[in-house]
This record gives sequence, C-alpha cells and structure tokens, in this order.
Amino acid sequence: MWNWEFAVEALPILLRGFVNTLIATVVGTVIAAILGLILAVAIRGLPRWINWLVRLLVAFVRNTPLVVQLLFVYYAFSDIPGLVDVPALVIGFIVIGIHYSTYMSESYRAGIDSVPPGQFEAATALSLPPVRTFTAIVLPQALRATIPSLGNYAVAMFKDTPFLFAISVVELVTAAKNFGGSTFAYTEAFTLAGIIFLAASYPTSLLIQRLDRRLATY
Amino acid sequence: MPPTENTPTTASASSSPAIEFTDVEKSFGPTTVLKNLNFTVAPGERVTLIGPSGSGKTTILRLVMTLEELTDGYIFVDGQPLTFENRGGKRVELPKKRTREMTTRIGMVFQQFNLFPNMTVLENIIEAPVHVLGKSKAEASKEAKELLERVGLADKADAHPTRLSGGQQQRVAIARALAMSPEILLLDEVTSALDPELVGDVLGVLRDIAETTDITMLLVTHEMQFARDVSHRVMMFDGGQVLEEGPPDQIFNNPQHERTRSFLSSVL
Repeated sequence: MWNWEFAVEALPILLRGFVNTLIATVVGTVIAAILGLILAVAIRGLPRWINWLVRLLVAFVRNTPLVVQLLFVYYAFSDIPGLVDVPALVIGFIVIGIHYSTYMSESYRAGIDSVPPGQFEAATALSLPPVRTFTAIVLPQALRATIPSLGNYAVAMFKDTPFLFAISVVELVTAAKNFGGSTFAYTEAFTLAGIIFLAASYPTSLLIQRLDRRLATY
Repeated sequence: MPPTENTPTTASASSSPAIEFTDVEKSFGPTTVLKNLNFTVAPGERVTLIGPSGSGKTTILRLVMTLEELTDGYIFVDGQPLTFENRGGKRVELPKKRTREMTTRIGMVFQQFNLFPNMTVLENIIEAPVHVLGKSKAEASKEAKELLERVGLADKADAHPTRLSGGQQQRVAIARALAMSPEILLLDEVTSALDPELVGDVLGVLRDIAETTDITMLLVTHEMQFARDVSHRVMMFDGGQVLEEGPPDQIFNNPQHERTRSFLSSVL
C-alpha cells in the first residue's frame, strides 16, 4: 500500500521533472501568445494566397493530435543535419507553442472584434494613423477581453505537457513513470504527480478568474 | 448670442468655402440616402441640419469625417478635395495619407462620446496632438489642461472616462476635439444620449465655443432652442435633399414648406 519512504524518495525526482514541465509551459505560452497575435493580425495585410496557406496550416494544426505533431517534428527534423542536436525539450515547447497559437489567435480575433466601432471612428476623427490606432487603442482594449482566455489556454497547455513523453522529454509524468518502473511504487509516484499538477494549476485558474473580474471594468 | 446675428463673423483670407458638397451621392447597398446633394458652408459659419430621422443628416457629418465612403461626387474642405478628386474628368480616390492630412482640420463629437476607456481623460486629449501633430507631451498636456479648465473639468485630468457622468464624458470629448485646433467642428446629436439634467452643461460649453471662436460648425441636433441661438443657418433635410434653408428665425418662425412645419411642430 502507500509507502511514505517511497513518497519522500520520489518527491525530488518528480520536482526535477516538473522543472521541464514548467519550462515547456512557460516558453510554450510565450510562443503561442506571440504567434497567436501575429496569426490574428499580421496576416490580414498579406496577399490572399499566403493568407490561404496560413489558414490551411492552422486547420491542419488544429485537426491533428498534438502527439502526432510532436512525433512528426521530432523524427522528421532529426534527419536534417545540424538539427540533430536540438534538445527534445526545445522541440517540445516549439511544437506545443505553435499548436496553441492556433487557438489563441481565435481569442485575439474575438478580442479585437469586441472593440466597439465607435473607438475606430473616434480614432479616424482624430486622424490617428492605423498603426497607432491599433497599438494604443484597439490592442489594449482587445487584450482585456483576451488575456483571461489566454490564461485558460496556458492551463490547458500545462496539462498537455505529459505528451512530451512521446519525444522522450522527462517531464513530471515521465519522471513519475520512471520512478515507478524502478521501484514499483507507481501509486506513490502518480499520486504525487497529480498533486503537483493540482497544486500548480488550481491556484492559477483562480488567479485567472480574479484577473477576468478585474479586467472587466476600467 | 442674439439670434439676429446671422452672418459669419470671420474675415477669412481664403475665398473657398470651409465645406463644399458637389453632386454628392451616398448609398448603403440598394438604399440611396443622399442624391445630387450640393451645398457649401462658409468659413466660420455655424449650420444646423434638421429633419426627420433617416433624412441623411448624420450621414452628411460622417461623410465629412470620412467615416463613410462617398458613393459619387466630391467633398471639398477649404477648396481642397477630401477623399476623391476630379483628374481630367476621372474620379480618382486620394491616397489615405492625404485624406488623413485633410481630416486633421476637422474635429467631431459623437452622440456616444467614444472616449478611449483605456486612457485617462488627459491621455485621451493629448493622444492626437502628440501622435498626429507631433507636439511634445508637455506642451500638449498644458493645452489639454487649459481645455479641461474651459469645459469645467480641470479636476478630472487623471480620471478614467468610465468614472465620469455622460455629461462630463461629452465635455471631455469636446475638449479632445478642440485639442486638434480644428477649423471645422462636427457635432452629431451630442446631447441625445444624455440625461436631461446633464444637457445644459454640454450646451453651455458649446455656446461658449460658438461665441469665442470662429470654428466652422456643422451640427445635427434635436435641441431646437440651441440651434436657434447658435446657428447662422438652418437646413431642413427630407429624403436626402435640402427641403429649405435660411436663417433660424425664418426656418423656425416662418417655414415655407408644409413638411418643415409638421417636422417642427413634432419636435418643438
């Protein structure tokens, strides 16, 4: 049954794995947030065929499993000389970041659409150039509507990081599995892994809820 | 201001009208709102547009502010084309940048205020002077504070617009428009969204501007007494056409058209 000795032994090993989980989540979120904004905004001005190509890629990314994307990039790119040495963790956060950027771009777009037309009209009436209108008026207002949903995607991404086991990144769950494999203390290892996940994501969700309420009013 | 004073007082050097509509047509899809519209507004003149809703008054202001695209015809500001020009018989759209240079001479105040909620009152006012006219923040802020003083909101510079009443927001919007030192001010039903007790403050500010500046004003309003007091000329619109026009005394006391009479009796 439950063995406290194993649990105590497992904890530092799991926390080391958790560091990789955190790195993948934080870097992945940054990549997704930036790329998502670019997808939502920058492609508007591009030629139609590039636009079409980007939309095809977005559809592809959204409609295939994350694991398949991770495996595809991991093996396809390991054949390219010079890329052999890219650590699996780096491939992991890039792929997971691109994956979530396709979802975050929708949040950005919804945020931009939520800015009332009167704001654009006031900007025109003041003769503000389009770039200034976007950066000073539209984006700050759109972000208020977008940030909570970006936070929710970040939590979802956090919970998707165990998929990185497929490309041999030792994150929290893989660390638990390895520990279980060598000690047969699977129950202790996975219970602790679950608790660590819960301890990190539940407060984050609460924080996002509070942020959501605070951003709702100026 | 006595209603008898019916001529613009500006001695403008240029002989061009402040605003000129030439054969203007505006359609929204299959619906034609304005057709073959021709009129001019002299520099310093204050013109009120009246008429039933749907008669195209607001569309006229929005066309001058380039918030709507002209379907046909031309609009000139100070004799210069605003959005389209006639180049050898061909109607050519001006570059957006050129149009934006032209619109710096025009300010607009909206029914719904449209202040930027992510900025303070002061930031709202200095945004365009700094980023369009290239003024320094210090200079723009100093002017903004003078304008706030003028609209009676000197103590609200650092407040966010959502913390203000509708009447206060609208006075900030007026200050924001004036901060660009416009030659032309467009007022689109600026009191219609306000609680009745807040209307007076806003109209008071506008009266002050009318009395102390020579800004050309084109206004759409349901405040007939105000229109009567500040305008040099009233234009009655119906079905996208000027039904009749004249000094406020003539239009309000002795309208020529039955349509004008029935419209006035419905609003007065």
